[in-house]
Amino acid sequence: MATLEIRDLHVSVEADNATKEILKGVDLTVKQGETHAIMGPNGSGKSTLAYSLAGHPKYTVTSGTVTLDGEDVLEMSVDERARAGVFLAMQYPVEVPGVSVSNFLRTSATAIRGEAPKLRTWVKEVKEAMERLRIDPAFAERNVNEGFSGGEKKRHEILQLELLKPKMAILDETDSGLDVDALRTVSEGVNRVRETGEVGTLLITHYTRILRYIKPDHVHVFAKGRIAESGGAELADKLEAEGYEAYTKGA
Amino acid sequence: MADNIPVGSTTEGAIQVGGDHPADARVSAPASYDVADFPVPHGREEEWRFTPLERLRGLHDGSAVADGGIRTEVYTPEGVTQEQVGRDDPRVGRAGKPVDRVAAQAYSSFEKATVVSIPKDTVLTEPVRISVHGQGGTAFTHQVIEIGAFAEAVVVIDHTGDATLGGNVEYLVGDGAKLTVVSVQDWDDKAAHAGQHTALVGRDATFKSVIVTFGGDLVRLHPRINYAAPGGEAELYGLYFTDNGQHQEHRLFVDHDTPHCRSNVVYKGALQGEDAHAVWIGDVLIRAEAEGTDTYELNRNLVLTDGARVDSVPNLEIETGEIVGAGHASATGRFEDEQLFYLMARGIPADEARRLVVRGFFAELVQQIGLPELQERLIEKIDAELEASV
Repeated sequence: MATLEIRDLHVSVEADNATKEILKGVDLTVKQGETHAIMGPNGSGKSTLAYSLAGHPKYTVTSGTVTLDGEDVLEMSVDERARAGVFLAMQYPVEVPGVSVSNFLRTSATAIRGEAPKLRTWVKEVKEAMERLRIDPAFAERNVNEGFSGGEKKRHEILQLELLKPKMAILDETDSGLDVDALRTVSEGVNRVRETGEVGTLLITHYTRILRYIKPDHVHVFAKGRIAESGGAELADKLEAEGYEAYTKGA
Repeated sequence: MADNIPVGSTTEGAIQVGGDHPADARVSAPASYDVADFPVPHGREEEWRFTPLERLRGLHDGSAVADGGIRTEVYTPEGVTQEQVGRDDPRVGRAGKPVDRVAAQAYSSFEKATVVSIPKDTVLTEPVRISVHGQGGTAFTHQVIEIGAFAEAVVVIDHTGDATLGGNVEYLVGDGAKLTVVSVQDWDDKAAHAGQHTALVGRDATFKSVIVTFGGDLVRLHPRINYAAPGGEAELYGLYFTDNGQHQEHRLFVDHDTPHCRSNVVYKGALQGEDAHAVWIGDVLIRAEAEGTDTYELNRNLVLTDGARVDSVPNLEIETGEIVGAGHASATGRFEDEQLFYLMARGIPADEARRLVVRGFFAELVQQIGLPELQERLIEKIDAELEASV
């Protein structure tokens, strides 16, 4: 069973010629089949955790370890991490002019699976996944994220999640900027992947709203660069009622 | 992408209505066949300000002397003729005069001009091929491609090897004819190549020019369009891939002095490596008498690495309001680290990510060019260029 282990992770960024530590000792274990919600106020370091796990060059790991099934994730390049099974659904997916969605998906699936998917089954696979996410078929010929609405971008991220079948899915504020219908559609997509039991999910969010659709096994409150409290789904209810104030005091 | 101009690059643009002709003012001396009518450029003239003169290998100051070290071979399909003629042949110099010192030097220095004639009503099923291969030498060449009324032809001019070449080409496009010309600059790294490609487009004729520049130390080409009669159409496509240390300059001029003519310009370039420098100048002049003109020009550049520079200057000048349309656009964008991260985060290795983006950038243009055989070759070349320096 795939396990992602994060131990005492410290991460810094360079800003204005100064080094700023954002993650200050994160410990977390996510097993295949589990869903962990990471909740926290703005600026607590949630997204930094997501991007550090994916290997964004802006973030420097200063100490700690991250392993996936014992393999050192921090030693891997960004594409190696993806091929090892780490998937990051981004809060702000990037426009890639000149590259069509269909070309992008196929290139990506080829890289992740280690061989080009057979064209006939692939076309069907993509078509069905798009239908489930209520994505217009014409979408396939558009350039990646170019001119996409907020909702389209997030559906496109979840489409990739469904097609690439990672071991660990990190969803960075996938709920932000979505109306209720889009939130439901996107959540259904995430739940389909979770129901396979083959993915560990790290659901990063500011709001409890998405937890009505995606039920977490564990909830962690993130504050000041580390996990301040962990609990079950009931912790989310407490946050809903009381907010993050208790965790941000004395900042 | 327009707001994302790499450091050291410029994207200027102007639309002028009425007034003097800045497009004419770009040349520091009146057009002439005689090199003596042009002063030796010092580099600050409008038309030379982007060009590193020292890398012209003497083409601009008279010190380059022809030594026969360039071989030109012409393959003509059945029905097509070629002749070697002197400067006094009425077809030579007919499309337009040289407008700068290097073009005039080439005109004053060539021994014989090559005239390729496609007779009227002839529809070719295979291209005319002209191969210009440099063996380290210097040459001044003049080619005239003449296509008769209602004939249709494709001409491919290939430039390879190492050379110092001042080469002018003229296209005389008969009424109702369709001429497509592909000029490929696939030179070795040291070559210097400058020249003026002037077309005279007949009544209801279609002229399509495809300029493809990959190689050379310095390439500076000047495609110019003149219309002989109404109804002419010019499509000017360009594709360049500027590497480490290369200077590739494409200067276009479309002179709309005739009513009801059209022009469409699309040039796209990718740059990578230290001191890669691409220059694109697009001058379009719509004169008062050119009512019913329809023109559009576009230049896009994709900068793949730091240290590359683009100067892109579209310039549209309009002297009559009685036109169908006129517009221009220019933009220079970078291949972003964020794009690279996004693609790599989906398992795609860095070099493949770059290839995906560059192929995508050129895809629409390659399709517009519409010659299947050339399309494949272009994609292969683009991949090879990426391969060589990633």
